[in-house]
Amino acid sequence: MGSPVPSGEGSPGASAATNTSPGLKAPTRRGTELVMLSFAAGLVTLALILVELNQERSLSLRILYLGLAYLGLFACAHLAVRRWAPYADPAILPCVALLNGLGLVVIHRIDLALEGTVFPDGSTWDPVAFKQVIWTGIGLLLFAATLKFLPDHRMLARFGYTFGLVGLVALLLPGVLPGFIAPTINGAKIWLRVGPLSIQPGEFAKILLMVFFAAFLVSKRDLFTVAGRRFLGMDLPRARDLGPLFAAWGVTVAVMVLQKDLGSSLLFFGIVLVLLYIATERAAWVVLGLGMFAGGAVVAWKLFTHVQQRVANWQDPIARYDVVGGGYQISQSLFALATGGIGGAGLGAGRPEMIPEANTDFITAVIGEELGFVGFAALLLVYMVFALRGLRGAIAVRDSFGKLLGGGLAFAVCFQVFIVVGGITKLIPMTGITAPFLSYGGSSLLANYILVALLLRISAAARAPQRIAKPKPQQPAIADQHTVMVERPK
Amino acid sequence: MNTPLRRVGMAMMVMILLLLGNATWVQVINADEWRKNAYNRRVLLDEYARKRGLITVADGTVIADVKETSDRLRFLRTYNNGPVYAPVTGYLSVTYGTSGMERAENDLLNGSDDRLFARRVSALITGRDPVGGNVQLTLNAKVQQTAYDQLTAKGFTGSVVAIKPDTGEILAMASTPSYDPNLLASHDVNEQAAAWKQLTAKDSNDPLVNRATQALYPAGSTLKVVVAAAALADGKNKDTPYTAKGSITLPGSQTPLPNFNGTPCGPGETVPMETALAKSCNTAFGEMAGQLGANKLRRQAEKFGFNDPDLAVPLVVETSTLGSIPDDAALYQTGIGQRDVQITPLENAVVAATIANNGKRMQPYLVSKILGPDLKSIDDTEPDQVETAMSTANANALRDMMIQSEINTGGEGRLQNVQVASKTGTAEHGTDALKNNPHAWYIAFAPAQKPEIAIAVIVEDGGDRGLGATGGKVAAPIGRAVMNAYLAGR
Repeated sequence: MGSPVPSGEGSPGASAATNTSPGLKAPTRRGTELVMLSFAAGLVTLALILVELNQERSLSLRILYLGLAYLGLFACAHLAVRRWAPYADPAILPCVALLNGLGLVVIHRIDLALEGTVFPDGSTWDPVAFKQVIWTGIGLLLFAATLKFLPDHRMLARFGYTFGLVGLVALLLPGVLPGFIAPTINGAKIWLRVGPLSIQPGEFAKILLMVFFAAFLVSKRDLFTVAGRRFLGMDLPRARDLGPLFAAWGVTVAVMVLQKDLGSSLLFFGIVLVLLYIATERAAWVVLGLGMFAGGAVVAWKLFTHVQQRVANWQDPIARYDVVGGGYQISQSLFALATGGIGGAGLGAGRPEMIPEANTDFITAVIGEELGFVGFAALLLVYMVFALRGLRGAIAVRDSFGKLLGGGLAFAVCFQVFIVVGGITKLIPMTGITAPFLSYGGSSLLANYILVALLLRISAAARAPQRIAKPKPQQPAIADQHTVMVERPK
Repeated sequence: MNTPLRRVGMAMMVMILLLLGNATWVQVINADEWRKNAYNRRVLLDEYARKRGLITVADGTVIADVKETSDRLRFLRTYNNGPVYAPVTGYLSVTYGTSGMERAENDLLNGSDDRLFARRVSALITGRDPVGGNVQLTLNAKVQQTAYDQLTAKGFTGSVVAIKPDTGEILAMASTPSYDPNLLASHDVNEQAAAWKQLTAKDSNDPLVNRATQALYPAGSTLKVVVAAAALADGKNKDTPYTAKGSITLPGSQTPLPNFNGTPCGPGETVPMETALAKSCNTAFGEMAGQLGANKLRRQAEKFGFNDPDLAVPLVVETSTLGSIPDDAALYQTGIGQRDVQITPLENAVVAATIANNGKRMQPYLVSKILGPDLKSIDDTEPDQVETAMSTANANALRDMMIQSEINTGGEGRLQNVQVASKTGTAEHGTDALKNNPHAWYIAFAPAQKPEIAIAVIVEDGGDRGLGATGGKVAAPIGRAVMNAYLAGR
């Protein structure tokens, strides 16, 4: 990491000390954030203009609506941070604004390309960019609300078990509910349909369960560090302490079997493993967990056709190009990326509408095609900056719960990016999962904005000047006091 | 807790690095493999943005044109007189790819051929859009039209190939039923799909197949000229006697090998080779093949162009073969062009042309010139003698026998004032030869003494004559009309 932040645990920390030095006010860096946000807004506006010019060969008023809505929303977000978390990390929100803005542009771009298309089943393309703007608005509202009503992230630890229970139910609910409320879409049973709305409770469950695990591990930390036997140079945990790991593993397998959602189960298990590792500092947990996951994956591969399909598509997508549920999707994604090459086709000048699910799971392939390897690499680096800044907040914050939660949230985003981008570039088998902040979809966006708010809250706690109890007004030494004549009461 | 947090940070950076590395592989290093994959329609779509080259026949008449459109695929391919030329031009379809000349000369037509490199560079410098090169064919418009009209007049399924014997230029290549490639080139996806569905329907009789190059038929009696050529090469002459029996028994079996209708070939015990060929006596040729043996027969066939898997004109041509000849019975049957003998109409025309050209086999070809976008010739095809299949003396002897055969052949449309050398064939096929209508063959060249055109005609399944069809009645009139169209139009 090499970050200059001192290890905060236990000691008050040098930065806190300088922050409280008399006459020096800790910088909030909100101005920096505003400059970076403006830069992101500029890039997004430029991207939007390019898309319009390349697709329509003219600029329409739509650009103004979308652009203004975007600017307005992030101006509000910035103000919310100024008001409720003035010491928050200044780089995180601009990263999110850039990703979300780019996502909006790409979603709009796919809308333009598919406008008027009639599908074989007679349905027409339904433009979704405007809906995504609305979702962004609701997401930022939740973001601001989280900052306002959660002045201290440690408050969450109190509700750890409640969150855990709610999260578990939310995660498993679509898998066990009947088809009319929880329909199977694209082979995965992860949606709940409430009236006109489709929500993915798993997205929210991810955060709830992270809060639970962080709280649980902090309170029971000592138990896990009790050494069991030593084996191959590792301290193995005691068998009875393996409970939580087995529980997580069980939930993962349940998600994989009941909901056929490989991506979420991989993501969930990875997060639990990392939280355990951060809490215990024991590599043994990771090795053990990876072993269990590998075992589970092999068994799943042997038993379930949907797992076998994904693996076969990954090994040779072209050979299974014409098979139903075969390599078509991943092939299209690779064609897009390869045709984009180093420099890309140019925003709005490629043919990303040929990629299935171009505005959700495969949205990064669209960016790879139109912005080329250069843009694709930049995108990945923005994600990396986001995750590392989040992690930095976790390292700097002083309480164990904040460290665990912050580390977990930052890792979750990065790992999700790894799963989805690895999938579309054929590094690992494709598992349907959204790209954080980019993909179209309300649930994912809302959940991720809550996640951002939590990361900002934790980083704000780390950077804010520590409130040390005010020293009492100085009084002269007792010896220097005048002798006071006290009249004796009559 | 900070040490594990920092390690998690390392892990996150490793994940991003893995993604970057893999993206480099897909988008930069290995990009060509995916870009050039046949399933990648992006390349095809890019080609549409470029003005594709024209295809013209020998007199310069354009048969495949381009029209600028206002839709997203800038240029529309249009075919003039589509069904007549479709077997040669093939089609260019956004959805269904390419076939025929559109495929064989694709690089040239779309402008990416190396021979157009200098022009591409100058287009790049001058800022003009790069344009494809033009292809001028050897086809003679009048001969091609006659061939097509003759086949379609009675609704025949079949093919006609005409070759200029001394150069190998293909003067006509017709195949019926044909199709209108304009429907597949349409920019209206639904129109394309409807046409494709119709053209590939089970009862459509495969209009998309160019029978001249892609269909293999039993050669029937037309193969007797090859057998006779082998006998002549073996030291026999036109007076060598062969059996005149109406029917013989195949060696090593009880199966009879009868003449047509079981008629004896002549009044005596034997007939000379000349009479045997003129009357197309199966017994004599069975015996002839038996005396020659499989090896000599095969060698002669190969000299005529059999067993050449690489033949392309530049349309890819199926390989004609004598098939396996496991025993003497098979050898006898092969001698009359049955058993496993398989031949394309093009190859049969090559056989006729080779005899016509004093035994010298010329490489058949369809492209006479490659023209740049500026209509300057870039590349002229030079006639190429591949092989000497027969000595001049033997070729002349065989020609004389074929003149007798033409005199003996019935059918309408005999040419006035022009001597024709020919051989008919009535090829049995299918499991029950008595129930399947035979294919009618006719190969010929004219004028016999100074040949200018050689042709092969096949009409599948007896044409309009059913079981009573013969090569003379069904195929010969077509062949004569085609030759006449060329000779009269000189």
